[in-house]
Amino acid sequence: MTAPMIEIAGLSVGFTGRAGATLPVLRNIDLTVRPGESLGLVGESGSGKSTLALAAMGYLKRGLRRLEGTARFRGEDMFDKSRTELERVRGGELALIPQNSGQSLTPTLRIGAQLGEALRLHSGLPAAAHRDRVIELLGQVRLPDPEAIFDRFPHELSGGQQQRAAVAMALAGQPAALLLDEPTTGLDVTTQAHILELLRDLAAERGMAMVYVSHDLGAIARVCDRVAVMYAGEVVLEGTARQVLKAPAHPYARGLLASIPRLSDPGLPVALDGRPPAPGQAGPGCAFADRCALAQDRCRAEHPPLAPRPEGGAARCFLSDRAAELPISGQGGAGAARTQGAGLLALDDVAISYATPGLFDRLLGRDATAVPTVADIALTVERGETLGLVGESGSGKSTILKTVAGLLGASAGEIRFEEAALPPVVERRPPDQLRRIQLVFQNPDDSLNPRQTVAEILEQPLKLYFGLSGAALHDRSVDILDRVRLGAHYLDRLPGQLSGGEKQRVAIARAFAAEPDLVLCDEVTSALDVSVQAAVLDLLDDLRRSQGTTYVFVSHDLAVVRALSDRVAVLYQGRLCEIGPSDQVYGLPSHPYTEVLLGAVLEPDPDAAPRLTADDVVERAPPARGCPFQRRCPRKLGTICETDAPPWREAGGGHALRCHIDLPELAALQGGDGAEGRAGSAAGP
Amino acid sequence: MSDVPIPMAPGRSRHVARWGGVLRDVMSRPSGAIGLTLVVFHVVLAIVSPWIVPYDFKAMDAALMLKGPSDLHWLGTDHLGRDVLTRTLMGGREALLVTGVATPIAVAWGGLLGIYFGLVGGRLDEVLMRVVDAFLSLPWILKMLVLIVTFGTGIEVLIPTLAFFYGIPVIRIARAATHDVVARDFVSAARARGHGRLTIIRRELLPNVLDTLMVEGAMRWSWMLLAFSSLSFLGFGVSPPTPDWGLMIADARGFMSFAPSGVLAPVVALSSLIIGINLTADALAKALGLDRAQKAPV
Amino acid sequence: MLRMLLRRLFLGAVTVVIVSVIIFAGVEILPGDACTAFLEREAQGRLLENCREAQGLNRSAAERYIDWAASALRGDLGVSANGGVSIAELVGNRLGNSLLLAACALALGVPLAIFLGVVTGLWRDRWVDLVFSTGAIFAMTIPEFVSATLLILVFSVWLGWLPGIVLTPADAPVAEFFPEILLPVIVLAMVMTAHILRMVRSSVIEVMAGDYVQMATLKGVPYWRIVFRHALPNALLPAINVVALTIAWLLGGVVVIEVVFNYPGLGRMMIDAISDRDLPVVQAIALIVATVYVGVNLTADLMTMVLNPRLRTHYMRQR
Repeated sequence: MTAPMIEIAGLSVGFTGRAGATLPVLRNIDLTVRPGESLGLVGESGSGKSTLALAAMGYLKRGLRRLEGTARFRGEDMFDKSRTELERVRGGELALIPQNSGQSLTPTLRIGAQLGEALRLHSGLPAAAHRDRVIELLGQVRLPDPEAIFDRFPHELSGGQQQRAAVAMALAGQPAALLLDEPTTGLDVTTQAHILELLRDLAAERGMAMVYVSHDLGAIARVCDRVAVMYAGEVVLEGTARQVLKAPAHPYARGLLASIPRLSDPGLPVALDGRPPAPGQAGPGCAFADRCALAQDRCRAEHPPLAPRPEGGAARCFLSDRAAELPISGQGGAGAARTQGAGLLALDDVAISYATPGLFDRLLGRDATAVPTVADIALTVERGETLGLVGESGSGKSTILKTVAGLLGASAGEIRFEEAALPPVVERRPPDQLRRIQLVFQNPDDSLNPRQTVAEILEQPLKLYFGLSGAALHDRSVDILDRVRLGAHYLDRLPGQLSGGEKQRVAIARAFAAEPDLVLCDEVTSALDVSVQAAVLDLLDDLRRSQGTTYVFVSHDLAVVRALSDRVAVLYQGRLCEIGPSDQVYGLPSHPYTEVLLGAVLEPDPDAAPRLTADDVVERAPPARGCPFQRRCPRKLGTICETDAPPWREAGGGHALRCHIDLPELAALQGGDGAEGRAGSAAGP
Repeated sequence: MSDVPIPMAPGRSRHVARWGGVLRDVMSRPSGAIGLTLVVFHVVLAIVSPWIVPYDFKAMDAALMLKGPSDLHWLGTDHLGRDVLTRTLMGGREALLVTGVATPIAVAWGGLLGIYFGLVGGRLDEVLMRVVDAFLSLPWILKMLVLIVTFGTGIEVLIPTLAFFYGIPVIRIARAATHDVVARDFVSAARARGHGRLTIIRRELLPNVLDTLMVEGAMRWSWMLLAFSSLSFLGFGVSPPTPDWGLMIADARGFMSFAPSGVLAPVVALSSLIIGINLTADALAKALGLDRAQKAPV
Repeated sequence: MLRMLLRRLFLGAVTVVIVSVIIFAGVEILPGDACTAFLEREAQGRLLENCREAQGLNRSAAERYIDWAASALRGDLGVSANGGVSIAELVGNRLGNSLLLAACALALGVPLAIFLGVVTGLWRDRWVDLVFSTGAIFAMTIPEFVSATLLILVFSVWLGWLPGIVLTPADAPVAEFFPEILLPVIVLAMVMTAHILRMVRSSVIEVMAGDYVQMATLKGVPYWRIVFRHALPNALLPAINVVALTIAWLLGGVVVIEVVFNYPGLGRMMIDAISDRDLPVVQAIALIVATVYVGVNLTADLMTMVLNPRLRTHYMRQR
């Protein structure tokens, strides 16, 4: 048996809290990674996974200290090494790929200089050979035009390019092991898929050991052989990727998997209630006991050890044999019957432009005649339905939502609400229209005034739209909180005292307090932890059923959109590509962009492989003429795509898409073309 | 994020409770404790000094000019035979009165204007900022002296002058702080609900900008005191025989070599007050969780 | 790049124009005019008439402004109400002296401040930091005339090492100002150093706690290399603006110092002119000072833009 590359034994890390008590962030961690093996570390915020990855390098953030245990790399404890020894190993044999490369690359040094530095420190190559080697490395991470990138500064690269440069920098030292700390967070779906493929290939080529930290089970499934699940600073489940992701033996892991929306499963995911304990708050028993459906008295009193499982791996649960009783995917069929209603909202040939001329330009009388950010939008939303808007960054989906909400004015076209024209900006709309259209924002930290209590936050719409006060106001507030499943005692709390999920529920409560007809949801689950997302989606669906609300739901996450929406519209660079009922849009034939998007989605299933058909080039602006997708389309016909705007083609049942290729041909091309790789083809639970 | 634990009390008393907590936090820090003690001490002294001083501040005794500390005069006498201790104890009254009134006025008008323009923006805002920049490019002393010299040095001139000129930089700071707040979604949410501008300023912006304004107010006060005492020093502030530290230093420095107490006493008094305010402002900023980059006084 | 430069210059020029209008308007609004102000009680009859002729006060305000502004551009700042001497002449070597004082203070203060700021930032909360940070608070908050007085007391009166007053005449060559210039320079530098030190310190602390410094550590870069190659170039960028602001302050603070030490500079001249109610001189000095301030800010802005790669790209992209 080969000696382990990374071996963490009994490691506990903690910090001193305000009251002087030692609060643990990592508790008794045992982990091994062999040469050539990739281990995934899964967990939500507060699980300690990032701390663990950095601890493997002997690094602890300011304020943290090692309480006990060792973190060995190639047999030597990193915490015992001298500064010079650490400097030799880090970046050399053991390299890190950080979470946010945009912030992890020094802004004042060029890419070439930063990679050159890594070579200088760890490669022993003579200085003259550095430039060529750097360009070679940049090419190996598939960056286009490496020579140009050599001279650029980090902020001149896109997110995906920055991440690739960080990978190249890590590779410069010929590492035997790589630590990756959420390397694809914040990247577009297609970019993420490409980077993961790159990592997979590199690991395979070079036989590197990898520790991949992420909350995204889809990414883990793609890259890792073995997986360890973390909860409240402990490893609670360990095993091969197949074991952990398809037949996990721990209730938390099962709950986590069940709460992830999947493309293959059209229903709503199952929510995991509650939240993990804060450091030092875990009781004597199992940290998950409070939230566990199987929990017994023993679980709360005794702390379960990490016990080996007969099929391999280990689980920290007294009842791991019974874990299979819990579901790991959604109930399905929750996209229930919607009331057939008349058209509520209509967008007619709407265009929106962001460009504003500066002082100089205004003085010189010059107008910004750029191509509009969003154009040619024609949409209708029926009463009672949920319309999903899907796209990556730059697709204009949030822009459209803000325009409907009145925060941004359309530069062309008309928006009608219930057949009446909707004035472009909030300031010109009558109070009744304002009340009936409400907006929920992405980031609950930002969308709630930190200086107002929940009561005051709810008071605003109630006073403004209904003129309530006193006891009537209080009663209604309690009622609304109840509808979002928060108790009356939340009224006196300030947002700083609430968790992310609770804050988002307050934001939703605030929107519903106005008794709106239309609720606009702008990436409302994107800033939340995975398990919390499911709870919010469930809540939104619940409210829809009881209030008959119409939603326009914007997200970059295709599975989330599918779970909630009746109809879906796909946007690229501010233009509509495809629109129709969910199952038809997610099926064939698809607009080539939809095809690319769906192909890139990562399912938490080791057997599912994404299909990458287009490059992950990030475009800055839409082309002036022709099809917006012309520069990246894998099915591009030719110059017609550059000169003519593609026509709308009806596929029946309200499903339409814009493409120069006609539908039967498109269906044939897409049907015969590796359909087995489409995400979600793997067997169920 | 602020360190202060926020108790859960409803309504008005919540605000009181919060500031009570902030006060406790300030006092728990050494800088805050020392600073606040000094400030309170000086304010109390300024109020009660007329009743506790041994002599009349105007009383001149020709026979006792420039005498060192003695049993009769604990800190000696100045060049006109007046008791230094008395004049030092009373020397802060005028300064504290003038700056104590002018500072809140400056912060109020500068703050409100800054918040309004931070929210509204537009052409008027750009023009205003150019004008503010232009104003700030003139040395403070010049601006104030011109007005003082024309209109006199009474407090009815000093207070509005100081309040006006020291309010201008507050406009910039309030505007910048407002920009930070306006970028956040809860302001957009309020706007989308249909709240008017004044409501947004009152309910969304002001409570969030208030912390910055409070710390800025404390700093303004210290700089205003600095300016006031400098003006007195130069002869453009308080008129004799009113006791004032700046004036005392100016008068006594010619005699420093043989009567240092006449200079040292007001120096210590003035310095301790200004340092006290600065330490308090520092501790307040930390207690409120604000990051303050030091700027030169304007 | 060039366009960005021109744009900035244009904005700077606009500011100077607005300043000149403010100065002019400010003086206009005051009751009376340059002559009544200067002559005071004697402002009547023949004297007043002659003075007004000499100052050209019989024309409209707009005319006078344009005249004044146009001449100023050419370097002609008008004539003093006190004897009709050309202001440009009067101001000439005074301006030079003030600039000398400012330049010495900057040469002493800025490098010292940056050095101490970096040291206290890197060794945060150790005794070095406590000593210098506390010292900085003191230096910063105590009025300059107080610290000047204290320093004179200690170094001139008690220790006798340095002269406490400047007796050199205004038109003397630079070398003659030493060693009298030392104490004023030290006082000015002290205050300046304190402000810049605190700012550099907090910038260094922020950068050293940031993501890319952490990344460099985890890349195995030796500590001092991180400090000099990764941290300081970023931490010191904001210092440029602080130095500019401090220079702005300096233009005001130098006045008090010049009075305390009797230094023959522009500041003291301004005080004298104000006391004498010689408004044309006051106007001229205000304009000079404001222009210097705008120029300094402009330079600072441009330097920041050149040195900060992010801003360079941002502005390039705006084309």
